[in-house]
Parts: sequence; C-alpha cells; structure tokens
Amino acid sequence: MKLVTAVIKPHQLDAVKEALHTLGVAGLTVSEVQGYGRQKGHTEVYRGAEYTVEFLPKIRVEVLTDEIDVDKIVDAVVGAARTGKIGDGKVWVTGVEEVVRVRTGERGLDAL
Amino acid sequence: MTPGLALFYGGMTRSKSVLNMMMMSFGAIGLVSLLWVFYGYSIAFGDTVGGITGDLSAAGLRGMLESGTEGGIPDLLFAGFQLMFAVITVALISGAIADRAKFGPWLLFAGLWATLVYFPVAHWVWGGGWIYELGVLDFAGGTAVHINAGAAALALALVLGKRIGWPKDKFKPHNLPMVLLGAGLLWFGWFGFNAGSAGAADGAAAVSLINTQVATAAAVLGWIVVEWLRDGKPTTLGAASGAVAGLVGITPACAFLEPLGAIALGLIAGAVCALAVGLKYKLKYDDSLDVVAVHMVGGIIGSLLIGFLAVEVLAGEGNAGLLYGGGIKLLGLQALGVVAVLAYSFVVAYIIGFAIEKTIGFRVSPEAEVEGIDTAEHAESAYEFSSTSGGGGGGAFAAAGIAPSAKPKSEPTEAVSEKVAG
Repeated sequence: MKLVTAVIKPHQLDAVKEALHTLGVAGLTVSEVQGYGRQKGHTEVYRGAEYTVEFLPKIRVEVLTDEIDVDKIVDAVVGAARTGKIGDGKVWVTGVEEVVRVRTGERGLDAL
Repeated sequence: MTPGLALFYGGMTRSKSVLNMMMMSFGAIGLVSLLWVFYGYSIAFGDTVGGITGDLSAAGLRGMLESGTEGGIPDLLFAGFQLMFAVITVALISGAIADRAKFGPWLLFAGLWATLVYFPVAHWVWGGGWIYELGVLDFAGGTAVHINAGAAALALALVLGKRIGWPKDKFKPHNLPMVLLGAGLLWFGWFGFNAGSAGAADGAAAVSLINTQVATAAAVLGWIVVEWLRDGKPTTLGAASGAVAGLVGITPACAFLEPLGAIALGLIAGAVCALAVGLKYKLKYDDSLDVVAVHMVGGIIGSLLIGFLAVEVLAGEGNAGLLYGGGIKLLGLQALGVVAVLAYSFVVAYIIGFAIEKTIGFRVSPEAEVEGIDTAEHAESAYEFSSTSGGGGGGAFAAAGIAPSAKPKSEPTEAVSEKVAG
C-alpha cells in the first residue's frame, strides 16, 4: 500500500478533489499547511513598512491507495493542481506498512 | 469616539497586545471623566487667572444647574461636550506606547498629564487664556487636542524606548477590519466633535459638517495615492489612516474654510501624514501606531493651513488667510499657537513620563513584552481559537472533556488513587 501526499495551491483543491473522485478514490484527508518552495514568500506593506511573509498557505492532500492505482492517482493530482505558475506544489509517494479501518478492524487492502 | 479609537488602535496591535491597547483608552474614559468633574472643567473653563489657568470656581461642577445657559446651550451640556475632548486627547497618546506600558503607570500618567497639560492648554486655547486672547484660531482642537496629544506621544515614545525587535520586526496589525470599524466610528463621532463645536445648529455647524466630510474624503485619497506610487498598492490601513489624518487636519479649520479649501487641506494632510510615518524609521523613535505622524503632523498642517486658507466671512474680520488676500499675521499667530502647545506638552509629558519610569517603572519586563502584555497586565487574552485549550473553539477535544491546559487547580488525585487501590 502507498500514501500519496500532495502539497498544492489552496484554490486548486476543488479540481484535485474532483479528479480523484472521477478516479473512484473513496476518501482523502485534507489539511491546511504553510510553507515555501522556490517561490519563497511574499511581501506585505503596512503604512510603508515592509513585512516579509515567508510561509505561504498551502493545502496538503493525502490519499491511501493500493500500489496498482498509485500512478493514476499521482497523474490525476498533478494534472488537476497544475497552473504552470511557480508555487504549484509537490506530490510524493511513500510506502505504508499497515492500514486498519477503525470501525471494523479490517486490515490491509480491505481497509482502504 | 474614544471607544472607536480603542478599536482603531486595538486592530493595529498584535493579537497578544490588543486588550492592553484598548484598556488604555477605556482607562482614560474612566479616569479623565471624573477628573473633569472634580476640577478639570473648572481649570479649563473657569474664570481665568492671568490667562494661564482657570480658577476652581466650578470644581465639582457645583452650581452649574443654576448657572443657566450661554447662547442657548446649558453650561452643563457644554461641560459634558468638552469632557469628551479631554478624554480622547489623553487616549490618543497611548498609541505611541503600544505593547510595552504597564497599565497602572499609564493611568498615573494620564491623570497627571490631563491635570498639568490638557486642562490648562484647553484654557489657553478655548477658555479665555492667553492663546485665545492673541487671536489664534482652533475651532475644534488642532492645537488643544491633536498637537497636544501628538507631542506628548513623542515624549513618551522616547521615555519608554523601542519595543523589543523594533525596527527589524514591523509588528503587523492583527485585525484590519477592526481598524476600519474604529476609523468609521471616529469619522462618525467627529461630526459631533467638529460641527458640535459651533455650539448651535447654525451656519458654522453646517460648514464644519461639510468640511469635515470632504476634507476626510480627500485625505483618504491623498494617503492611498502616496502608497500607490510608493509601495505599489493602496491599502486598507492606508485608507483608514488617511481618514483619521484628514479628520485631524480639518479639526482646527473646519468652520473657517470653504469646502474647496477643505478639500485642498485634506489632500495635503493625507499625503503629508502618509510620508511622515517614515520619519520614525529615519529618526529611530518607536511611535508604535504613528500618533506623531497622524496627530501631531496632521494637527500642525491643519493649524497652519488656516493661515493660508481661512476666508474672512467665516473666520471673522481680519482673519483672511494668505491665499485670500489676508496678511502674514494670521499665519504667524497660528505658528505661535502650534509651537507653544507642542513645546509645553512635550516637555511636561517627558518630565512626567521620566519621573514615572524612574520611580515605579513605566515599562513591562522583557519577558512580559515578548510573551504578551495582555496576560501579563490583565490576566486575559483576546482570542481563544484552539480546541485543545478549553477555549471558545470547542471541538472534538472539548466534547471529550479533554482540556490539557485548563485542568482544575486541585486535581482529584485522592479519589483516583483510592479507586486504583480498591
């Protein structure tokens, strides 16, 4: 099993969610995060005083999946999250040893 | 207006200092209102003693009900109206010392400064004192309120020193909608402040009302145009600040100018005050919320522009400004009024502030300043969003009765250990 994690621009979340839904992904986890990549932060100005905001708001999307669907999911996320501008984000895949459904206690692929 | 000022200032501070900021305004409301009744009104508007101060004939506002009316306004109503000026003038000063002043010493300062500076200066300017007798014009408080408060603010900023981290950290405002709400309430209240100073629903009140509106409108534009050109974006903080700068600028002049003159004054006040906020970075004094740039500079602009823009039919015979064929005399008088009030307020505020700092201490500890003055001085915090700290956030943890940082003081350890033992 795999965990697909994507950090994306907040306004691309709906498109990513839609793309995953079309693929038949049953569930996902979303969290608000902050960070920066090559684009760094931005500058705010208050009464002429510059204030550098290093960390930009981003959305982290996490999807647990079986190994067969990983590439399709990654492609869907990348396709939906891409605007072509700097700061579009990253997607990475990590291995998952075990998954348990809390309600039933099912394990492994059955729990996905 | 002063509760509006509390919101205006409160929004500009960091979230960990907002309550202390607002408390300085509310503290001024509480204290100065009472001092005004005890002796403030009498010092400001009692019978003059050599043009320097009023006497104590009206202390306690005793006998005012019987004293009748002047120009249709009951004396007691006039006393109540003027009370608001005393309160807000003191509260204005607090913006310069955001984030770092102990509350008790602030109240002590407020009481002493009101007694030694505001009440006498109000007498000088409005109560028949020497500035009034010279013929200096200040319709609703350019010298008595704004230059007076601005100069004291500069003195206190110097006495208390820079905040930890300033000027490297810019101390971003925590709630700009609150700033706009406060500025809006100030704007609204200012109509009473300026037009009410006519003491009647007459022509002077009407021209003051119109001029207050258009000068403020022009100052909003003046400030944001400066920002647009300088920083690339017009900001909400700039619009709110421009409004206040315009209100300040038009205050002394509102009954003496034509509306077109008021618009010119507003544009100048907005633009110059926007530029003046940079002074503190150049001259290295930490006037937290720009009381000097907005109130002192704005008040000076308004007071001096009377010397250029006053029209005789409104300002009285012999009081035409330079641009309307008047001589240099009015401008000279205005400058004299500006310098006298500025110097007196600055010196006395510095002495009071310095004495407080050297005796009971005016500034909070570095630890309190960094961790937040609200909890250090008032044992409160303005916002509680966390669902894990027993606050207003509620949420899953609260529903489950888990509140890690809000444990009862005495934990029922005995009962638990009994159960375990049993």
